Amino acid sequence: MSAYSNLTIKQKQIVWAWAFLALPVLFYGLIRFYPTGTAFVISFQEWNLLGTRTWTGFDNYVTLWHDPVFWTVFYNTFAYLLIGTPVSLVLSFIIAYHLDKLRFMHGFLRMLYFLPFMTSAVAMAWVWRWFYQGVPIGLFNNILAGFGIAQIEFLNSTTNALPAVLAPAVWAGLGFQIIIFMAGMRAIPTSYYEAAKIDGVGWWTVLTQITLPLLKPTMVFIVVFSSIGFLRIFDHVFNMTTNNPGGPLNATKPLVLMIYDTAFNGFNMGYAAAQTVVLFTILLVVSLIQLRLLRSE
Amino acid sequence: MKRKIKALALASAVSAAALFSNAALAVEIEYWQYYFDARVTAMEQIIKEFEADNPGITVKMTHFPYADYRTKVAAAIPAGEGPDVVQLFYGWLNDYKEAKLIQPLPTSDFPASEIDKNFFPMVQAMKEGENYWALPTAVRSLALFYNTRLFEAAGVDGPPATLDELVETAKKLTKLDGAGNITQVGITAGMNAQDHHWFREVLVRQMGGNPYVDDYKTVNYNTEAGQKALDFYVGLAKKHKVTAFGFMDEPQAAFKAGRAGMHIDGSFRIGSLKKTRGLKWGVAELPAGPDGTKSNYSSYWVNAITTKAEGEKYDASVKFMKYVTSDKSMQIWLDTVGELPAKPSVGLTEENASNDVFGPFIRGLQYANTTKFANESAQRQALMDMVSRMDIEGQSAADAIATAAAEEQKILDDYYK
Repeated sequence: MSAYSNLTIKQKQIVWAWAFLALPVLFYGLIRFYPTGTAFVISFQEWNLLGTRTWTGFDNYVTLWHDPVFWTVFYNTFAYLLIGTPVSLVLSFIIAYHLDKLRFMHGFLRMLYFLPFMTSAVAMAWVWRWFYQGVPIGLFNNILAGFGIAQIEFLNSTTNALPAVLAPAVWAGLGFQIIIFMAGMRAIPTSYYEAAKIDGVGWWTVLTQITLPLLKPTMVFIVVFSSIGFLRIFDHVFNMTTNNPGGPLNATKPLVLMIYDTAFNGFNMGYAAAQTVVLFTILLVVSLIQLRLLRSE
Repeated sequence: MKRKIKALALASAVSAAALFSNAALAVEIEYWQYYFDARVTAMEQIIKEFEADNPGITVKMTHFPYADYRTKVAAAIPAGEGPDVVQLFYGWLNDYKEAKLIQPLPTSDFPASEIDKNFFPMVQAMKEGENYWALPTAVRSLALFYNTRLFEAAGVDGPPATLDELVETAKKLTKLDGAGNITQVGITAGMNAQDHHWFREVLVRQMGGNPYVDDYKTVNYNTEAGQKALDFYVGLAKKHKVTAFGFMDEPQAAFKAGRAGMHIDGSFRIGSLKKTRGLKWGVAELPAGPDGTKSNYSSYWVNAITTKAEGEKYDASVKFMKYVTSDKSMQIWLDTVGELPAKPSVGLTEENASNDVFGPFIRGLQYANTTKFANESAQRQALMDMVSRMDIEGQSAADAIATAAAEEQKILDDYYK
C-alpha cells in the first residue's frame, strides 16, 4: 500500500489505466494473439491432431506453392473481393443516395434494406440455394420454365456458380453499408448544399464536387470493411454447396473453405496453418494498400 | 420452515455420503461416442443391461457432436481424461493406433481365430498379427430403395436384378416436362451421397476390375473396367437420360419427395425414410453386373479400449467390450438404430435375413468389400470432380478417370508416406 501512496498522481493514473486495461489485454493475449502465434508455429510442423507434432521447415509452404487447387482458390478469393466490393459499394451508395432524399415511408424502407444484414447467413444461404435449383423445385428456373425458356444451371456450373454464390453475400451486406453511407451523408454540413443551390449548380456537380469527396472517409471504412468480409467469405459458400463444398470443380472455393477442409476433413493441421498464414498476409497487405490509397491527404 | 430446511440439508448430506461410498466401491468406466439420437438410445439400453449383469461396474456415456469428436478424444486421452472405451470410424484406426490412443484387445478374451470365424469378413481389417484392435457392434451396407407407388404407376413388376434391367426400369420411371426438363428421375445420381461407394466397390468390380490393389494403397480403377463403370454411371444421365446430377439438390431428398423411382443408399437411411409420410418404398439387393457379379460396400464404427484404461478399469472395459460386441447388443442395435449385426450368427437368422427391409442389406454383407480410406472426404471429392468433368466440361471417361485416379493416388501417397 505504501508503495502505491508514494506514487505521483500521474503514475497513479497510469496504474489505474493499466488495471482497467488488464482485462482486454489479457483477453486479447489469450484468445487472439496466443492462438495466432501458435498458428504460425504449426505452419512449420506436421500434425494430424492426434500424434506428436514434427518440425518440417518450409515444407507446407512449398506444397502450397505447387498445389494447383491453392491457385484456383487464390483466384476465387480475389474474384469474390474484386467483384463483391465494387458492386456492393456502388449499389449501397445508389440506394443510400435516393433513400436519403425520400421522406415517404423512409424508416420502413430503411428497415427493409437492413433486414438481410440481421438474418442468419446460414438460413439465407439455404433459401437462396433453393432458389437456384433446377426444375421442378428451383424458384428461378421454374419461372424460366413457365415462360418456356431453357433452364440455367446456377450452381452446377463452373462459370455461373461463383457469381450466384456471391449475390446473396452482397445482398446481405448491403443494409449495413447503406446505413453507414446515410450517416455519412447526414454528417455533411447543409451549408455546402445551400451555397450550391444559390449558385444554381446542377445535381451532378453537387454529387461529384460535394457529396462524394466529403464521403471519402465513409467510403474508406466501407471498402476496407467489406474487403475483409469478402476475403474471409465462408458461410455463404459452404452452405450453398454442402453437397460438393466449394464446387463444382473448386469453382466457388474460397481460401477459408480450403483451410477448413484441410484442417477438419484432412486433419492436416500444419498445412491448414500454412494456408491461414497466407490468408493473414493477404488480409494485411490488402488492408494496408487500401488504407494508403484512400487515406485523405 | 427452519426445521424443514434442516431436514432437507441433512437428507441431502446423507444421500451425498451414500453416493460417494457407492462410487468408492464400484468401478466407473467412461464410454464416448458421437451424438446421433438412435445410437445414444441404443447404447443407453445396452449400458443398462450391462450394469444389471455386472453389479459393481457403472458405465458413464458421454457424447459429442460429430464435428468435435476427434479433437476432444485427442486432447483428453493423453491428459489421462476421457474415455476408457471409445467409438471410432473404422478408417481412423491407423491414426488412433499410431497416436497410441488405443490398445490392442487381449487375445485371451478376443482370440483372433474366433473373431475371424464369427464376424463378417470385412472386420478383419481391424486385425494386426495376433491381435484385434477394435470391433464393431454393427455394420452398414448398401441396397436399392425403390418407390412402390411409382413402380405401380409405371406398370413395373418389381425391382431390377441386373444393371441392364436397372436402365430399362429407370427409363419407364422418368418423366419430363414440355421443355424437356426432368421432373421425375428413374434413379437418383450423385457421387456426394453413396454413389461413390457404389462406383468404387460395386460397379468397377462388376465390369471386371479391382478398384485398388496393395491393401488399398494403390488406385487401380484407371483401367478398361473403370472406364466402362464410369461410362455406365454417367451414361445414366447423359445417354439414357434417366437421371440428372444434383436433381432436387440431394438424391435422398428427391427420393423422399417421391420424385425418384430408385435410390441407392445405406442402411442408416431406413430410419428417416420410415418417418416420411406418404412414401411407400421397398428395398432390394444392388443389381448384379453383366456377368452376374454381385458386390456391395460396407462400413462400420468400431469400439476400442483406450490407453487410459488401466488396472480394474481395464478389466471392466474388457467386460464391457465383450458385452458391446455380444449377440444381444447387436440385436438391440439393429432394432434401435437400424444398423446391421456384425456377426452372421445374428444377422443371418431366419427372421433378420428374410426381413423385407433389413434382409437385402444383410444378404449384401456376405459379398461386401470395405474400402480402406486415408481421407474419405478427399477421396470422395476426387470422384465427384471426375463426374463433374464429364458432366460440365464434357471430358471423355478415359480422361476423367485418369485425372481422378492420379488425384486419389496422391492423397494415398501423402497419407502412407
